[in-house]
Amino acid sequence: MDWFYIKGILILSGINLMAVLGLSLLTGFTGLFSFGHAGFMAIGAYTAAYLGVKMGLPLTVALLAGGFSAGLVSLFIGKLTLKLKGDYFCIATLGFGEAIRLILDNVQTFGGARGWPGIPIRVDLWNVALVNVVGIALLVNLVNSRHGRNMIAVREEELAAKTIGIDTFRYKMISLFISAVYAGVAGGLVGYYTGFLQPKMFSLNKSTELTIIVIFGGIGSISGSVLGALLLTALPEILRAFALWRLVVYGAAVIFIMISRPEGLMGGKEITWKGIASLLQRGLRLHPAAKSQAGAGAQASVGDRGGDRDGNGSASGSGSGDRAAQSIKPSF
Amino acid sequence: MGILEVRNLTKTFGGLVAVGDVSFAVKRGSISGLIGPNGAGKTTVFNLITGVYKVTSGEIVFDGRPIHNLEPHVIANMGITRTFQNIRLFKRLSVYNNILTACHRNARYSIADAVLRLRGFKAEERRMREDADALMEVMGLTRWRNSVAHSLPYGVQRRLEIARALAVKPKLLLLDEPAAGMNPDETQQLMSLICRIREEFNCTVLVIEHRMDLIMGICENIIVLNFGRKLTEGSPGEIQTDPRVIEAYLGEGAKIGA
Repeated sequence: MDWFYIKGILILSGINLMAVLGLSLLTGFTGLFSFGHAGFMAIGAYTAAYLGVKMGLPLTVALLAGGFSAGLVSLFIGKLTLKLKGDYFCIATLGFGEAIRLILDNVQTFGGARGWPGIPIRVDLWNVALVNVVGIALLVNLVNSRHGRNMIAVREEELAAKTIGIDTFRYKMISLFISAVYAGVAGGLVGYYTGFLQPKMFSLNKSTELTIIVIFGGIGSISGSVLGALLLTALPEILRAFALWRLVVYGAAVIFIMISRPEGLMGGKEITWKGIASLLQRGLRLHPAAKSQAGAGAQASVGDRGGDRDGNGSASGSGSGDRAAQSIKPSF
Repeated sequence: MGILEVRNLTKTFGGLVAVGDVSFAVKRGSISGLIGPNGAGKTTVFNLITGVYKVTSGEIVFDGRPIHNLEPHVIANMGITRTFQNIRLFKRLSVYNNILTACHRNARYSIADAVLRLRGFKAEERRMREDADALMEVMGLTRWRNSVAHSLPYGVQRRLEIARALAVKPKLLLLDEPAAGMNPDETQQLMSLICRIREEFNCTVLVIEHRMDLIMGICENIIVLNFGRKLTEGSPGEIQTDPRVIEAYLGEGAKIGA
């Protein structure tokens, strides 16, 4: 395996991650499922490419404009559908994503279904990484603020959120807007990485893949989304040895993990510096001698921290500790 | 003039009149009760006051301003909050985060301030956290601080829901069957808690309850509903001896003390 190949996978992971971060805010923190985020990616991709190629704008401006235009479209969609209850929003996004793809297939301005070749390649690992670092930082700040908590309240119990004065419709709109901007930026990166755009790249499959990653990583966990995006984008490549059976094994792997960890990789917890530090400390403190006590200690502390989401929560619990904490929880 | 005035309130679902032509007033600073047999429309009245349902006809005036058909969050921000008959907590969040979320109105910083950690964010966030801690202390929830809401004992869940409502600093607090599922001991504690809330948080309380010991123990004024209509209104003494109330609860021909 040469570096060029690995770098390619990393860049694709990074692009996916950007879209997943946005979807994580919408699905993981606000509780709205979308199967149309590929549509937002497409809008961002074509806008960014158009502004860069036809108008000669620099990459940063083109990406931001791409993201922003996806955001604007999302406001329109949200205004129409977010007042609806239940699964209607999910279905509407599905229709929206497919509609965008079909429009791009049939409008010849951007090459139609044949695609749009010759977009200058301006994306490399370093700028994808930079975009992602900024994206993660902004998202972490948002989630750990009153606005982020209001979104979580919408996810947890919408009616109760309203009765404590949260404008749930507004927060759903904001969440949708931000997630569409992230998807739009990711779309812009796609065009400038592959040098080629085709409506087929933004099919329902893409939207589904993004949703799978969010759920796989764990609802309501940014670190989970990061891990999920890196793992699941790389997984089909790792599985190339299986040749034709590759995607079957991929599907089986995802199913296996979801059965063994239904709450996702991180299960709503975050990896924090504090968590890592305490994990290291624990690892140093208990050398071989007191392993059994360690297990008990870990279980207790994980149980205590169970629902702490204010950023101090840590992911330091071992797998077995987690499981124990879950089994203690009474079910209501 | 009362803090809350309900005039000719009517709500129909298709042909069913859930609440019909109900009028009453709640005096500022009082503890009032809303009672009636099952299906009398008590919770519907709460849902109308808090904007969960739209009013069919009639009006609701709070603090001199009409509030019927406003959005629930607007009504909440004007100063009416409530608890629910079937507890609605943010189940997967800790006790602390349940309360902290409800403290959101004590801070003003915008989304840009939050995302870029701009002016005032830290100070306002610290103040919110202090408020949440103080409220937990008052409501005796500190020892459950980091417990997940849905794993709490039932009585504590009820208390947490009241605490969350109080975090919004309401002028009028609506409690929907706060004593449901509590034993006599817990009910006693709840009664003194409700009285303390009125003093310490300076708010008016309207409570729906089936437990007559609670209603008769703390309410100054009681409104009785039956089949969506107002049956009568009065002090605990008047209500206890009113033959119409006894009939509504026990059926025709029932005698006091029989």
